[in-house]
Amino acid sequence: MNEPVIKVSGLTKIYPGGVLAVDHISFEVHEGEIFALLGPNGAGKSTTIGMLTTSLRPTEGEAIIAGYSINREPSKVRSVIGVVPQEFSADEDLTGWENIMLIGYLYGLPKDTVKKRAAELLQTVGLYNVKDKKVETYSGGMRRRLEIAMGLINRPRVLFLDEPTLGLDVQTRAAIWEYILKLKKDYNMTIFLTTHYLEEADAYGDRVAIIDRGKILVIGKPDELKRNVTWDTLFIEVSGSYDSAKQALSILPQVKEVSFVNGQIVIKVADGPSAIPLVVSAINSTGQEVKRLSLNRPSLDEVYMYYTGKSLREESMSKEEAFALRRTLRRARS
Amino acid sequence: MSEGRLSPFHGLWALTNRELKKWYKEPVILLLSLVQPILWIGIFGKAMNFASMFKSASIEIPGLTVPKQIIDEIGSLVLKQTFGTTDYFSFLAVGMLSFIVLFTSMSSGMTIVWDRRLGFLGKLLTTPVPRGSIIVSKVIASIIKSLVQATIILLIGVLLGLRFSFGLFAPMAFVITYLSLFLLSFGFSSLFLMLALRSTRWETQMAIMNLLNMPLLFSSNSFYPISSMPWWLKPIALANPLTYANAISRWALLGITPQVSVILSMLYLVAFAAIFTTLGITLSWRYLSL
Repeated sequence: MNEPVIKVSGLTKIYPGGVLAVDHISFEVHEGEIFALLGPNGAGKSTTIGMLTTSLRPTEGEAIIAGYSINREPSKVRSVIGVVPQEFSADEDLTGWENIMLIGYLYGLPKDTVKKRAAELLQTVGLYNVKDKKVETYSGGMRRRLEIAMGLINRPRVLFLDEPTLGLDVQTRAAIWEYILKLKKDYNMTIFLTTHYLEEADAYGDRVAIIDRGKILVIGKPDELKRNVTWDTLFIEVSGSYDSAKQALSILPQVKEVSFVNGQIVIKVADGPSAIPLVVSAINSTGQEVKRLSLNRPSLDEVYMYYTGKSLREESMSKEEAFALRRTLRRARS
Repeated sequence: MSEGRLSPFHGLWALTNRELKKWYKEPVILLLSLVQPILWIGIFGKAMNFASMFKSASIEIPGLTVPKQIIDEIGSLVLKQTFGTTDYFSFLAVGMLSFIVLFTSMSSGMTIVWDRRLGFLGKLLTTPVPRGSIIVSKVIASIIKSLVQATIILLIGVLLGLRFSFGLFAPMAFVITYLSLFLLSFGFSSLFLMLALRSTRWETQMAIMNLLNMPLLFSSNSFYPISSMPWWLKPIALANPLTYANAISRWALLGITPQVSVILSMLYLVAFAAIFTTLGITLSWRYLSL
């Protein structure tokens, strides 16, 4: 296996005043992965990304990014990463073009290279035709796309996305993800993202780490995580006797539990999609037919609830985060 | 991917250029900042007409008639002794050059507060641009702004009646004047940027500016010479870098002999600029973070 492109060990941040924001976290991210750090506001996601992108100094611990230490070689780390911060960072008084060119120069790229890449990136994110307009005239979605383009000007090996779709409406969120996936494919990057949208971590994350109160509770592929803490549920209606069907199903090794609720057989299985053909043939073997079958897969919220005892959707946010969110939303809407 | 070795100055000009673009694209703000010094020269400088005190006719004290000529002569002598010139308007107008430099340089601290508030600083800190360059670019931009504004004030002064009486070869006089203003702006920009390094509230920065601008101005020789100050104000004025920039400019442009030698004055300004720039850059490495 390749060396991990991000290797974090014992990373800790204690803010002045003694607030323990990140508490000895360790994990690895591999080349080409989309790694999602999922957790409620105030869990330590932004602090983690702040330390990995070298804008915050860790209190303790180490992280190696593309071979460089965040403690000893921060400027080398900066040159191989791209960052799309949670808050809009583009200069509103400048045009989109001026903003992306400026960032290119800050990476020490020659003018011709910056021009070529800026044009290409703005085209990819669909902003080329408004490149000479001031950023203050951009919509929330346009700004986010500009931020992503700005984060890619140095062709980073790792792209850090801090809440890339925060404050955007559902359509824009989907569009942003389309761009992210396209760019990942085009430039073959590793993506590290933080989010508190379960659906996004689930749908786009190759692996997900759940963080709460500064600690990583569990890391794994979304499907694995779900499988480990809870079962897929199959709801089946059959043509004949439920008892014989139930008997046939009980002996299948994949089936953990069979019950009978509201005229349906409800069975818990480890992996729903792969269990369906077995379940269907077991029922057929009793001479009955499956009239209707539906599969319910758990969401990451159930995983989150399993590890933290609370639902991610109900988490409240800290004052500062609420302030930052409001500001972001205000600008996204303007 | 990193493209070879990065020069330690990469991005410096790009950042400076950004500051300047934001400035010249908003001519209204540029003009507004000129209003105060123009009012000082245009109204105060014109109305505070010391020369007119002696421009009366002859004085007749019973038993003694002092002819007008002698009054004029005494007036000139008094003015010359006090201000080093008989022309208070020119004295003040040249003093206003350091005034505009001070005010423009002070506001450089605000830009870093805004960059922090608007997220731009956060983005900058994730790029490999050296921390020192972030500060130095703001200092350079602030110096350029200050010198341009000072030039405008100088031109307006000339339009309103500023008369040069060069203390040396005219082009050299301007070079020396600008050099002193350059050093003054260098030091003050670094100082006020340093004060803003950790600041998150522009209100704090405004308060610092309001707290310091008038005391700095009035404890210098911008409006009146040091010799006419009360004893306790003199040492403060002699520590104030504005005093030296004014003394040098007045020596070069108006031929007024300075209290402290021009070379020492210049060295004082060099030290002022060097100390605060070094401090600013050093502190930015340490404290410029989110």
